[in-house]
Amino acid sequence: MSTFLLEIGLEEMPAHLVTSSEAQLIERATTFLAEHRLSVSEIKPFSTPRRLAVQLIDVALESEALSEEKRGPAINRAKDDHGAWSKAAQGFARGQGATPEDFEEREGYVWLTKHTPGEAAATILSKIGDEVVSQMKFTTYMKWANNSFLYVRPIRWLVALLDETIVDFSILEVSTGRFTRGHRFLSHEHVEITHADRYVDTLKAAHVLVDADVRKSEIRAQLEAIATKNHWLLQLDADAAQDLLEEVNNIVEWPTAFSGSFDEKYLDVPDEVLMTSMREHQRFFYVTDQSGILLPYFLSVRNGNTENLSNVIAGNEKVLVARLEDAEFFYHEDQQKTIADSMLKVRKLVFHEKIGTVYEHMQRVGKLAAALAIKLNFDDSKKADLSRAAEIYKFDLMTGMVGEFDELQGVMGEHYAKLFGETPAVAVAIKEHYMPTSAHGEVATTDVGAVLAIADKLDTIVTFFSANLMPTGSNDPYGLRRAATGIVRTLENKQWHVALTPLLNSFVANSGEATQDADLTAVLSFIFDRVRKMALDNGVRQDLVSAGTAPVGSTDVVYIADRTQTLAKHADDVNFREVIESLTRVSRLAVKQVSQDTIDETLFENEAERELFVASKSIDLLDLEDQGGEAVYRSLAALQMPIAKYFDETMVNVDNQEIKNNRYAQLNLIHRLIVGLGDLAHIVIK
Amino acid sequence: MTEHKLSLQDIILTLQQYWAKQGANLMQAYDNEVGAGTQSPYTFLRANGPEPWNAAYVQPSRRPADGRYGDNPNRLFQHHQFQVVMKPSPANIQELYLGSLEALGIKPLEHDIRFVEDNWENPSMGAAGIGWEVWLDGMEVTQFTYFQQVGGIEVDSVTAEVTYGLERLASYIQDVPTVYDLEWGNGVLYGDIFKEPEYEHSKYAFEESNQAVLLRHFDEFEAEATHLLELGLVHPAYDYILKSSHTFNLLDARGTVSVTERAGYLHRIRTMARRVSKVFIQARADLGFPLLKDIELRDKYLGENGKYAKQEGK
Repeated sequence: MSTFLLEIGLEEMPAHLVTSSEAQLIERATTFLAEHRLSVSEIKPFSTPRRLAVQLIDVALESEALSEEKRGPAINRAKDDHGAWSKAAQGFARGQGATPEDFEEREGYVWLTKHTPGEAAATILSKIGDEVVSQMKFTTYMKWANNSFLYVRPIRWLVALLDETIVDFSILEVSTGRFTRGHRFLSHEHVEITHADRYVDTLKAAHVLVDADVRKSEIRAQLEAIATKNHWLLQLDADAAQDLLEEVNNIVEWPTAFSGSFDEKYLDVPDEVLMTSMREHQRFFYVTDQSGILLPYFLSVRNGNTENLSNVIAGNEKVLVARLEDAEFFYHEDQQKTIADSMLKVRKLVFHEKIGTVYEHMQRVGKLAAALAIKLNFDDSKKADLSRAAEIYKFDLMTGMVGEFDELQGVMGEHYAKLFGETPAVAVAIKEHYMPTSAHGEVATTDVGAVLAIADKLDTIVTFFSANLMPTGSNDPYGLRRAATGIVRTLENKQWHVALTPLLNSFVANSGEATQDADLTAVLSFIFDRVRKMALDNGVRQDLVSAGTAPVGSTDVVYIADRTQTLAKHADDVNFREVIESLTRVSRLAVKQVSQDTIDETLFENEAERELFVASKSIDLLDLEDQGGEAVYRSLAALQMPIAKYFDETMVNVDNQEIKNNRYAQLNLIHRLIVGLGDLAHIVIK
Repeated sequence: MTEHKLSLQDIILTLQQYWAKQGANLMQAYDNEVGAGTQSPYTFLRANGPEPWNAAYVQPSRRPADGRYGDNPNRLFQHHQFQVVMKPSPANIQELYLGSLEALGIKPLEHDIRFVEDNWENPSMGAAGIGWEVWLDGMEVTQFTYFQQVGGIEVDSVTAEVTYGLERLASYIQDVPTVYDLEWGNGVLYGDIFKEPEYEHSKYAFEESNQAVLLRHFDEFEAEATHLLELGLVHPAYDYILKSSHTFNLLDARGTVSVTERAGYLHRIRTMARRVSKVFIQARADLGFPLLKDIELRDKYLGENGKYAKQEGK
């Protein structure tokens, strides 16, 4: 048994690609080994900013031999009348690289056994350059020098060792060898690896912690030790801190944590600004006291050892102070202006070249938000807050602080709005209208904020559709899918039932040019797609999702999501099959002769007709939809027996035209109730 | 830190000497208003086509919108870049760069030096590259780029561009609170030379520039560039493109260009940049790419089936 080591030496990779590339390398190596039938006991991954590596443990000496049996033609077809091999038999042999002499006759057929002998591990592994290293896929590529080959960053060295022996291959002008490179500054560029087993130790001696998990634990331990010593609270488990830890881990090979400080006077600047400066711009971890109050200290990680650490600390402190100085300047400067000053500038700010200005967008959103507030029965004080919020909610885009720290949009809006004396509801709505900022991010929770968030996103989707700027494939440059998901999630969270079709119809009718070319059917189906995706993500069966989210009946997405869940909930009921079959039987017939006629009870010929009529007449779909999908399902499920009886006793297509029409009117009436559950024809009955 | 702190001109001299030794030709600052060393023809034009090119130069770079009347410790209407371009990019370009820091007395073991991903793009010049910003103890001191596209054309041979922000680097080396306290040389301070020009240019760009004149200039420069491009006069055409670009920057600083108009102007500049790259490559091809000595590459580009082989009847 041997150990194999592959190391791809690169110029510094983008930090966010290191971990995913390591995982990809493992996946590709696993597939490679399977394809070549070469067994190993373990595949160990390694990565740093400058290298991706795998170590294969207990590599077999050679690949498994393969013996495959192939069946040829039947014996009576394989031989001619004289017992000689027929053309078919000879062709079969040729196709398998054999001759008829190799045939075995069994079970009425001729058979060939094909033996593929095992191949030496070294021979197989020499293909890993072409079949694994060169095949890696990335989200950014570059070429270098005079090559046209694309990779994430230039490949500068390759190590391929089977125990102590170099496995030869090359990529561009780089050939494999046994020399790796140590830490850029603490080591040198000619570090020999004597044996594939000694990879981790050799690099450790060269000041590289090559195991990413080990390196991360080391960083964590160092940071926590400093925090503990100083009685600071460092929260490494929050999402943002985890992301930062991951990034820092992928920009260092030999981590040394250190702390620095800044003048207390900067603590007057809002916490979010300080945290953003530290985290996003400098990759620092901020710390608080035990009660969570931000302290004028930070933690960071050097790619090196502890020597001359004071230079590094002083340099980093200086850079942070320059940023905080800017932030403080903007914070005071911004307070010298009013919201009205900023709003004057918003008039010139372009929303999208093909759509118009942000100011026009805000005006449309204001109207749409007001319409929503009426539907949702907001009281006067909420309506007043909403109207004020809609008037000013983008003003912070024109402040110096957001100009400098654009990730603080909304956050600064809330902060400044409070300072400028706006009501808390208005201030919070300004921040919340951006929410959710990611697929699973928090949604707006206040009523005013939620309406503003929904209206802002709806206008964005409608106007971008109108300007023919819809997302295509995986390309969604304006985040419209995220906006649609945000609308659905916010409505669901609030359990707000809003029929979108009438809302959007009147919105488009009153919003002029920017919305006039929007295809509302497409907009609606775009939003329904998000409901569909969310239901699928929740594990609902595909066919039930298609049925529940079909564009029939209601356009209230909360109800649509609810009826889809209801179908999923009942799919295992003993009578589900009968219920669905009865209902779909009605629908199938109803669409053959669409009718809005009123039903004439005097034309009934049997009791089943009357019973079905009585049962269905009492169903008030709108009222039931208000109660939820469950109520609708129960009412319709209760029709199963009457429907079954109806079809047992009633022939729909009779010669008497009057009676026939009356029966279709009856079926259509029930069909219109059934679409309250979606398009049940999609359901696959097992 | 070294005992005697290098003056700004010492830094320039050191970098020039260092890069000259690495095979770069020392060019002089381009005598036209540019926003960055990349816009100099010694980078922008030479990055196109298959010919090798190694150069280093200081480029005063004007960014009217960044002017702060001489009040801000770091932001300037005009700053100085030390620009190095090596094409094709050498395999040890990162090590060469680190060597230049050592030459400046910045010993890597005494600091924290990192290559942090930063892909550079200049849409108005149709240029894009992949690379890093280099952090020295947390401060960005250099932009490091492998050009992938210039003038909207995918490059034949990749240029490695190393751009040092001289003021930032000097601020670090001299450890002074503002750029105006830097020593340029012989006891003369940066502020002694540039404080008034900074104020005056800011005053001009933000308050006094004549809109009508600038708008007319833009149109005229664009027309001239277009005309010269038709005549195949690459370098004068390029000068007028640079003038258009700078004129647009002045208009932009004045804050009267709406975002929509902005896109329109940038599009006009980009259109010219794309054309000049094409015309430049054709002109060099017509000359037979005199700087391209490698036999195989000559064949690849100029041979019978080469990318730039002479067309029939031409």
